Formats: sequence, C-alpha cells, structure tokens
Amino acid sequence: MNDLTHMTLADARDALKAKKITAVELTDAHVAAVSAAAPLNAYVLETPDQARAMAAQSDKKIAAGTAGPLEGIPLGIKDLYATKGVRTTACSNILGNFVPDYESTVTSNLWRDGAVMLGKLNNDEFAMGSSNETSSFGPVVSPWAPPNWSPEKAKAALSGDKKGLLVPGGSSGGSASAVAAGLCLGATATDTGGSIRQPAAFTGTVGIKPTYGRCSRWGIVAFASSLDQAGPIARTVRDNAILLTSMAGHDPKDTTSVDLPVPDYEAAIGKSVKGMTIGIPKEYRVDGMSSEIETLWSKGAQWLKDAGAKIVDVSLPHTKYALPAYYIVAPAEASSNLARYDGVRYGIRVQGKDITDMYEKTRAAGFGAEVRRRIMIGTYVLSAGYYDAYYVRAQKIRTLIKKDFEDAYASGVDAILTPATPSPAFGIGEKSGADPVEMYLNDIFTVTVNMAGLPGLAVPAGVSAEGLPLGLQLIGRAFDEETLFSLGEVIEQAAGRTTLPKRWWV
Amino acid sequence: MSVDQSTVRKIARLARIAVTDAEVPHLQGELNAMLAFVEQLNEVDVSGVEPMTSVTPMVMKKRVDEVTDGYYAERIVGNAPLTEDHFFLVPKVVE
Repeated sequence: MNDLTHMTLADARDALKAKKITAVELTDAHVAAVSAAAPLNAYVLETPDQARAMAAQSDKKIAAGTAGPLEGIPLGIKDLYATKGVRTTACSNILGNFVPDYESTVTSNLWRDGAVMLGKLNNDEFAMGSSNETSSFGPVVSPWAPPNWSPEKAKAALSGDKKGLLVPGGSSGGSASAVAAGLCLGATATDTGGSIRQPAAFTGTVGIKPTYGRCSRWGIVAFASSLDQAGPIARTVRDNAILLTSMAGHDPKDTTSVDLPVPDYEAAIGKSVKGMTIGIPKEYRVDGMSSEIETLWSKGAQWLKDAGAKIVDVSLPHTKYALPAYYIVAPAEASSNLARYDGVRYGIRVQGKDITDMYEKTRAAGFGAEVRRRIMIGTYVLSAGYYDAYYVRAQKIRTLIKKDFEDAYASGVDAILTPATPSPAFGIGEKSGADPVEMYLNDIFTVTVNMAGLPGLAVPAGVSAEGLPLGLQLIGRAFDEETLFSLGEVIEQAAGRTTLPKRWWV
Repeated sequence: MSVDQSTVRKIARLARIAVTDAEVPHLQGELNAMLAFVEQLNEVDVSGVEPMTSVTPMVMKKRVDEVTDGYYAERIVGNAPLTEDHFFLVPKVVE
C-alpha cells in the first residue's frame, strides 16, 4: 500500500496509462491510508464509496481508451470548495451541515479530467488562519513529527492533547498535511494571503498560487474576493503543473476569471532557465531573519545561477506595508462577504426575540473567535468616518505594492526569489497568545503576491537545523506560471526531493 | 487610533454579532493590537496615488440581460433552517 500512496501524481498517471495498476487499486490504497491517518485530522469528511465508484468509472474509461488527463488520480478537496451532494462547511459551525446543490468550477474541471475525490480537507475557518488551528473541526497535525521526538512519543501526543506536535500551516493545512502524509496524490487549496504557499513550505510540499483570474472562484466559499485564488498542493513541481493545467481556465460564471488559453504547464518542466534574470529583493531580508533562512535563500539563488540564470538585486520598497494593508483590505472584504451568513438561507440559526436578535445570536454562535475578530475589524475600517483613513489608504498602498513589482519586471527581471516563510513549522498552541499579529507575521513573504495579484510558487529547498522542511518562493509576472514551473523544477532537482515523513501516526 | 469599549459594542452591533460584557475587554485588546499594527501605513506618502479597484486590468464583462438559470425553488431553499412553500421563514419584521 505504501508504494501506491507514495508515488508522484505523474508516475501514478503513467502507471495507470500503461495499465500497470488500476484506478481502483490506487484509490483503495489511498482510502486505507486516509482511514488509518484519521488522528491527523487532515480530512473532515471521507467519501470512500464515491471514490471507489469514480475509480471504477476511470478504469472503464482507461480500458475504452477515453481516459482524461487525470483519469483515476485520487485527490483531496479543501472544504472551501462546494461539492455537489457532499457536505461543505468551510470548517465553520455557521454552515452547519450545508450540502451544496452545485459543484465548484475548479472541482468540475478536475472531475471532467477524470480525477477521483477521496474526501474534504480541513482548513482554518473560512480560510482565516496560518496554522489550521481555527477550524471548527479542530487542528490538523503535521505528519512531520517534532524534532527529536520518538514515533511513540508523537503517537501518544496525537491521542492526547496534541501539545508539541507541529502545525501544517494554514489555511490549507489539511491539503498540505494530506499531501505530505501520502493521503492523496494532490489536493486543491486556496490562497488569500499565503494559504497555499505557507503550508506547502511547512510540510515539504509544493504549492502554487496562480495569477488572480487564472482559476475560477465560482463555487469556492469567499473570504476576500479581490485576493482569493485557487491552486494545487502536490509533492512535486511537475505534479503541481499537471493539476493547474486541469484547474485553470475561463469561466463565464466568474467575471474576474480571465479569458486566456491555458498552456500545458507540464511542458514547462525541464525547460532551460539559461539567460533568465532572477531578482533578489533586499526588503525581504527582514529584521531577525534566522541565518538558516538566509543561507537557504542564497543557496536557491546559487542553484538558479548554476543553471544559467542571472541573479540581480531588486528593490520592492513598499514590501513592509503589504501585511498591514492586507489586514485592512482582507477583513473589509470578509466582513462584506460573510454578511450572507445570517441564519436565513443556509446553515445554523439561533432564534431571537426579533430578526436582528436572531442575526446577532446566530453569528455569535456560528463564527469562531478569529472570524468574529476579522469581521469586526473589517466592519470598523469600512464604517463612516474611518473608510478614507483606513480602507482607501490601504487600497492606495496596494497600488504602490503592485507598482513595485511592475517596476522590477520592467527592468528585465523574469522572476523574483524569496524565502516562503520566516521560520519552519511551529507547535500546536504555540502562537495562540493575546496578540493576533504574532500569527499574521507568518504571511510576511507571501501576502505581497496576493496584494499584487501575481503568481507565486513555494518549493521545498532544504531542511532546518532541526530537520524540518523549509521552502523558497518564486514570484512571476502575471499569467507567467510557466516560468515559475521551469525555475521551481531547477530548485527541486538541486535540493533533492523531500523524503516523506515516516508513518508514526499509524 | 484605538477603540474604546463603547466603540467595540457599536462595531459588534454593525457587524450583527452579539457580544457579552465579558467579551468586550478582550475584543478591545485584540482590535487595538490590529489597529496599532496597521498604524505604520500612515508613514506612506499616498498623495496622487489612485486606490486599487482591480488587481488585473480588465474590462468589466457584460452579458445580455436575459434569464439563463432558475425554476428550481425546491433546491434553492433546500439548505434553509426554516421554510414554508418555498419561502424562507424569518421572525416577523413588519407590525
């Protein structure tokens, strides 16, 4: 069973095509692995019957010669994606047992291409978080055991209070954990401020946030609509490219989705990066950055140089303002988007003495602490008298952040290399103090990319002194994901692919 | 800028989220931590800068104003906590 669940998506695809394995065998192996890994809490809903039925269908299509590009590939789906007839909650109590009557466009594209759904993956409530600790289903545990812990000790903590075990990052923590633990060959995820790239970096997996507009947002629970973007997490750069080729595309149901042809992203893998110019932004060298992150970053630049790229210094002067501006724009949009959860059309309802009382009680009971906090800050910055001082100012700063990138690209830079996170994964409960900002700092290197609407790829580049995964981030020009895949492949080859963690949780 | 406790209650009211007296000081601390964090944006000279309205430059797509979907009220109300004859039920709002 380990062999089938530890394959790359590309290898599994080729083995299915060559009829060396069947889709049902591949799915069965994953269904068993998912069930055995239940204590990691990566899945909030397992759909084994649906998975087997889809796999059986795939085997028929493969036999008939009508297989799609992802035929028989078992995937996990972040619980933010609406899946027809399958409970979708965004990991919030307020959605209760919501069962969509429709399928998100991105998952529809995956099923069109033959993929198999194993179940729904845990995430921070409404994707608000960087550790997957705000989920109404409880935290996800990273398959990476804490440094120097014996498998027995880790397993004991898993059945206890989980203290000391590592977070997988967030908000796509279930996706990252499942991919790293061999509980699917790839997963869907979403990224509003770093929610694909930060968990990918924490778990030694690969994740891409595509350009804003590359994937349809239709049928994905909205957090901050001008920042949200769907993307994959998988174990290799190639697997990411394969998944994005299926997920991306124009959708008339999302007016912000872009009507551009989808390239065969896999064709970018292995392409020479000779002659490309890579920018190193000095503003990302933040105060207190650990020397191992610095070293990793220089190593990454050296690998690209060795492959024939030219390394230049660039300046993105407004970098430090991206995170504070994000914490105005994102909560403002969230407070507006989440106004729909009122106990009337779906989800839970708490009765009140009048309709306002019902709204207030329903929302107090249904939203978790982090979500309530963000809705309130969003409400405040949009309220009369504060709108110009906060919201309009933040949107102006966003213009400046985007201009920083435009200037860098105009100077001839093809892509920008940065660390993905300021540190490796931390422990569960470690950053739940009174100051929410401490957690927000996790996204310091990723959030700029959402503010500018650009594509960003997180790729594993090494391990910390203690042996935990560390990632680098490549930022590209708008709609130039191909360059990121070519460069990411160079880093992946040079760094050596991350060895999956041993199954201490079984 | 920072918020006092009466402002916290006012924001909660605007956001339609009930807060208990015990929660107010806690929320005040958290909101003020966030406001202190965003304070640094005042350092930036934004004179003459247009606020961003669309991160990807694009012309708003429009389509012909015609009915393209619908006629399944049953499915629309399918997830509602309380319904009657394809209507959502709410507490009385008009006397």
